[in-house]
Amino acid sequence: MQQYGLSAKDLSVYYGPKQAVKNVSLDFANKQVTALIGPSGCGKSTFLRSLNRMNDLIDGAKVTGEIWIGEENINHPKTDVVSLRQRIGMVWQRPNPFHKSIYENIAFGPRYHGVKNKKQLDEIVEQSLRKAALWEETKDRLHKSGLSLSGGQQQRLCIARSIAVKPSIILMDEPASALDPVSTAKIEELITELKQEYCIIIVTHNMHQAARISEKTAFFLMGDLIEYDETDKMFTDPEKKETSDYISGRFG
Amino acid sequence: MAQSTKVQQPKPHIAEEWVGRVYTGICIFILIVAIFSMVYFVASRGLRTFIGDGVNPLELLTGLKWNPGGEPALFGALPFIFGSFSTSILAALIAGPLGFCAAVFMVEIMPGFGRKFLQPVIELLAGIPSVVYGFVGLSVIVPLFRDIFPGQGIGIAAGALVLSVMILPTITTIATDALAALPSGLKEGSYALGATRWQTIYRIVLPTMLPALLTGIVLGIARAFGEALAVQMVIGNAPHIPRSLFESTSTLTSAITQSMGNTVMGSAHNNALWSLALILMLMTFVFVFIVRWLEGRSKI
Repeated sequence: MQQYGLSAKDLSVYYGPKQAVKNVSLDFANKQVTALIGPSGCGKSTFLRSLNRMNDLIDGAKVTGEIWIGEENINHPKTDVVSLRQRIGMVWQRPNPFHKSIYENIAFGPRYHGVKNKKQLDEIVEQSLRKAALWEETKDRLHKSGLSLSGGQQQRLCIARSIAVKPSIILMDEPASALDPVSTAKIEELITELKQEYCIIIVTHNMHQAARISEKTAFFLMGDLIEYDETDKMFTDPEKKETSDYISGRFG
Repeated sequence: MAQSTKVQQPKPHIAEEWVGRVYTGICIFILIVAIFSMVYFVASRGLRTFIGDGVNPLELLTGLKWNPGGEPALFGALPFIFGSFSTSILAALIAGPLGFCAAVFMVEIMPGFGRKFLQPVIELLAGIPSVVYGFVGLSVIVPLFRDIFPGQGIGIAAGALVLSVMILPTITTIATDALAALPSGLKEGSYALGATRWQTIYRIVLPTMLPALLTGIVLGIARAFGEALAVQMVIGNAPHIPRSLFESTSTLTSAITQSMGNTVMGSAHNNALWSLALILMLMTFVFVFIVRWLEGRSKI
């Protein structure tokens, strides 16, 4: 169990009567990037959102099955969702910085988890920005609004923000699909950098991106996990016909 | 052939264009004339107190005694100015948090019930005639205050409470719209960092929508500032600065409605009332500018 950052067992997600994710079991290794691919509406984003219990926020959504981090099943009603989300960071498709300064965007999380000391906060802000490769660009304007940054910078700010609470796992939901190619390249570079420390699970529509940055790939179709294997193998010699059809662009 | 169609075809469009221009031009002209003549009328009457009757503007703004018909005539309007500001700001202090919380409830906590039932009910408050508010204030709030606090029950507290209910729809509606217009990713981002719902509302939602909320509050103050009838019914109309919230006093509007009918056009007393109206109008301008400034800020 230890080598896995996170494991899902028989995870199903229902939106009302509709089953969006069907009994998916997946193990995500530490210090690796796992890509979730599949056509729109296949349940990959829904699956991702259930990993840090974000689906709790949606009316009528029900998640069954188990999610293990180490020895703890976090898909349990008694799980402390607040401290869970501290351990699992999340980055969205559209950058969503708070309407606050760059500094405050990052200090927001740590402050709520008990860091009050100004010096410590300064340090966390600098470290997080450095890790997100944003420090050089922002160190002279930490107290300017986070919204004054460009789209790509905002996205890196959001990554820095989620790193700041010291998670072990980072979920990314199409983190580069709203960005231009240059910013995308920077985000991908950053992801490759970050995987040395974190377990990264990324949903992407961009097959090349999945091939470039991930060690493992999982292919979803209509709520089912079709195939899960090493990325290299998936893209060159997939087991299932659906996978090869999707990857070669015959549908989806 | 091709040339002749080219020349003929645009004609109806140009005519239409001109009709539209002239029509909108006339409308805007009428509006501007109406506004400017109103401002001119109020200003010319209001300034007569200073020019014709030789009253020092400073005396009007800072004087404590109001007796324009008396001998000697006194033009101290500070009690009214104080009454207007204290009632409307106190009303905003009551209605501001209430409106924000109502908006949070309707958008965040119970969207279905809130939007379907609560919002129409709150908007209904805006449609109730002010005389009804005054009447309810006079027959419910004033006796209540009279029983609980020393004094007659009339005064700033009763006026502010009545006004707060009247401006609640303005503040709630603007706050609700602002809340609903927040990007949804904002809240998710906060939840994903491990913030609770209240931390998210207090630390992320409130600061983000603060300019819009303040706009609502300033509009509410502007409305409270200009409200005459309901306030007049519960405030007591004594022309002095009260020593407590439960003592009879006046506002600019109540002073005008109280005596306008009893003065002769052109007399010093009448002119003094116009001066009060001028102060009211200028204050409304100030509120409008504050709102503009806040809206400009919220776009950043």
